[in-house]
Amino acid sequence: MNEADQKGRTQAVFEAERLQTLVEILARKGYQVIGPLIRDKAIVYAELESARDLPVGWTDVQDGGTYRLEKRQDEALFGYVVGPHSWKQYLHPPRTRLCQAKRKGDCFEPRGEDREVPKRAFLGVRACELAAIAVQDRVLLQGTYTDPVYQARREKIALIAVNCTRAGGTCFCTSMGTGPKVTRGYDLVLTEVLEDGKHYFVAQAGTELGEEILKEIPHQEAEEKEKQTAEGLVAQAAGNMGRTLEAAGVHGLLMANLEHKRWDEVARRCLTCGNCTLVCPTCFCTTVEDVTDLTGEQAERWRRWDSCFTLDFSYIHGGSVRPSGRARYRQWMTHKLATWHDQFGTSGCVGCGRCITWCPVGIDITQEARAIRETTVSQAAPSGKEKSRANP
Amino acid sequence: MQTLEPILAEHPFFKNLDSKILQVIVGCATNVVFKAGEFIFREEGDAQEFYLIRKGQVALEIYAPGRGPITVQTLHDGNILGWSWLVPPYQWHFDARAVEETRAIALNGRCLRTKCEECHELGYELMKRFAFVVTQRIEALTLQVLDIYGNHRS
Amino acid sequence: MHPRPFKVLKNQAETHDTFTLELEPVEGAREFRFAPGQFNMLYVYGFGEVPISISGDPAEPGVLVHTVRAVGTVTRALERLKRGELVGVRGPFGTSWPVAEAQNQDLVIVTGGIGLAPLRPAMVQALAERDKYGKIVLLYGARTPDDLLYVRELEQWRSRLDLEILVTVDRALGTWRGNVGVVTTLFPRASFDPFHALALVCGPEVMMRFVILELAKRGTPAEKTYLSMERNMKCGIGLCGHCQIGPTFVCKEGPVYRFDRVKDLFGKREF
Repeated sequence: MNEADQKGRTQAVFEAERLQTLVEILARKGYQVIGPLIRDKAIVYAELESARDLPVGWTDVQDGGTYRLEKRQDEALFGYVVGPHSWKQYLHPPRTRLCQAKRKGDCFEPRGEDREVPKRAFLGVRACELAAIAVQDRVLLQGTYTDPVYQARREKIALIAVNCTRAGGTCFCTSMGTGPKVTRGYDLVLTEVLEDGKHYFVAQAGTELGEEILKEIPHQEAEEKEKQTAEGLVAQAAGNMGRTLEAAGVHGLLMANLEHKRWDEVARRCLTCGNCTLVCPTCFCTTVEDVTDLTGEQAERWRRWDSCFTLDFSYIHGGSVRPSGRARYRQWMTHKLATWHDQFGTSGCVGCGRCITWCPVGIDITQEARAIRETTVSQAAPSGKEKSRANP
Repeated sequence: MQTLEPILAEHPFFKNLDSKILQVIVGCATNVVFKAGEFIFREEGDAQEFYLIRKGQVALEIYAPGRGPITVQTLHDGNILGWSWLVPPYQWHFDARAVEETRAIALNGRCLRTKCEECHELGYELMKRFAFVVTQRIEALTLQVLDIYGNHRS
Repeated sequence: MHPRPFKVLKNQAETHDTFTLELEPVEGAREFRFAPGQFNMLYVYGFGEVPISISGDPAEPGVLVHTVRAVGTVTRALERLKRGELVGVRGPFGTSWPVAEAQNQDLVIVTGGIGLAPLRPAMVQALAERDKYGKIVLLYGARTPDDLLYVRELEQWRSRLDLEILVTVDRALGTWRGNVGVVTTLFPRASFDPFHALALVCGPEVMMRFVILELAKRGTPAEKTYLSMERNMKCGIGLCGHCQIGPTFVCKEGPVYRFDRVKDLFGKREF
């Protein structure tokens, strides 16, 4: 699905006002349009009625544990990066009913679930988010068992991507090889350009659907100068990342340093609140709850998001396998950056920076990885015999 | 009359012990047999001897009021029984009961202690062997104490 | 993804907190095929699901057998089930004991506590083709004599001349005439050739650690030792993330693992 290819696909240009036409086309085609809008002083993903609902003229200022919206000098429609929401809430919902059973005397009758979901168009998907969707596709659709909830939703998504022309304060997609340029997995990709009083989008379709949509928007073929301007903006974003992470070898680095002192250090700060797992676009862990109504006639099994930061997560035989915060932070970070490779062949991290922004104490995954890398010795276990090259 | 020396020598506890040293303690050894159910020693009795079990099964027990005798360990062929003769006040802390007919060599405690004082090489050899047995027992007993099969819901 | 209803044919108490359920499907395929070592997710209406190893004979797929220890809400609800009531079943999941691989060698099964439940199918399967194996030895440890599982079957096995069954308990009242001591103390008396044996180990992690050490000391290497790991499970199918130990999902690549493949993970504290 959404298997984009750029072979022979022309680049078009259309005026910024025409974005409203795009929204209308999607609605006409039966898509519920989901996109960014401002709610509770943050840019979140929700249903859009029109292009005017977008955070026009707004940008975000992000850092460790900080998120603020600021007014821009221009009327850009996509002049921000990513907020606390990710698209996973629509594909891998926070709460969903898995099945039901009805009591019949001493027995019960199981009932399946109707998996009808509306067609949705995600408008404004960033490169890191496309990468995150691809990561979740791998986890939830390409294992021995597929997740029917995810599958039913995923099949009906149209992806209208947007190239980032500005890097966020906590972004590091270049380090993870996921952006800022959108290269695959989209139906239509847009780059917003504002210069010399002009405001337009350079657009390229990636699939048949993208071509169909583009055809109905009044547009012209992009001129060389316009293409270059658009590419230049994206390149500029690539050069201004808020964070960097040395991804090469981080798998081996972390697995060789499971007893590094840094874990104690971060544990002193981590509240195990789980915010990072909630905002992370690739975290997929869930738990199930069985509930009955008051009469006991009807039982339901519900699935909801879970976090490896809870004590319950690894509970077995009267206790948690990871009782300490240190162990739970280590679990999250080593899974995200290291063991994810063993399990799924890619990193679990796409460099979106949300975990850094939304951590209440500003713990920074790039800083933690750097600290371990810079202070690692041949074996982290304290031994009087080994001389360390650097003092941990 | 044949001495007990060859029988001592073939017991695992005295494996590789120099026969010169073994001869020193042969005089402390006697052959003993316990019938099934017979007590070998009782708690708070004088610890006069230690036993090399040749064949049979011995249960180490503690009597708990209201619960009766509780078996905390069983010993078999090749094991040694009893080390309270080693340290004052030379008193047994458990009951030892033969579960089935058990043949053993009993080594007199006072005799051994005297010989160890006279011949330190003998003393050292005995201590080495006891240390090995004691560490093995403690490791095994530790696992028992952990109650690993228990239901550990707090 | 949905539990299949199975009817309770029998609910038999084994010990004060452990019981064995015999189940048959309500409708659909009459046979439930599984490999020794695999588990099902058992569902009690209105209570929830738990992962439980299958304990039956793989050659008797008409009856599904589960031995369960009542320690929590769902397992206590399973304990209360009566003949005719329903249980939901999802499975079989997970990897299995390499019983066939032990042919032409000695087969050593070392278990403790409820650990005998997932190994019983392996024993039964090996006994069905007894002549293909060398010595078969079972070393079984439990808390007290009252906590022994499958007592009648153990006695039957004991009476066979081609099978060695050694049982021990952590402590016993004076009437017990068997062994008292931890399961590793049984090794000196077990007659198998550790250099030509395959070992299957299941029990509390502490017990498995010491048993594997003892096996290695005697000459059975990690590549010939298999164990069953356990972790919190919610889905049983590799999607919920709970059962991970580092890179491995216990519900997918386990619960049965060859020890050398998990050696590095096994000892890691809080991992």
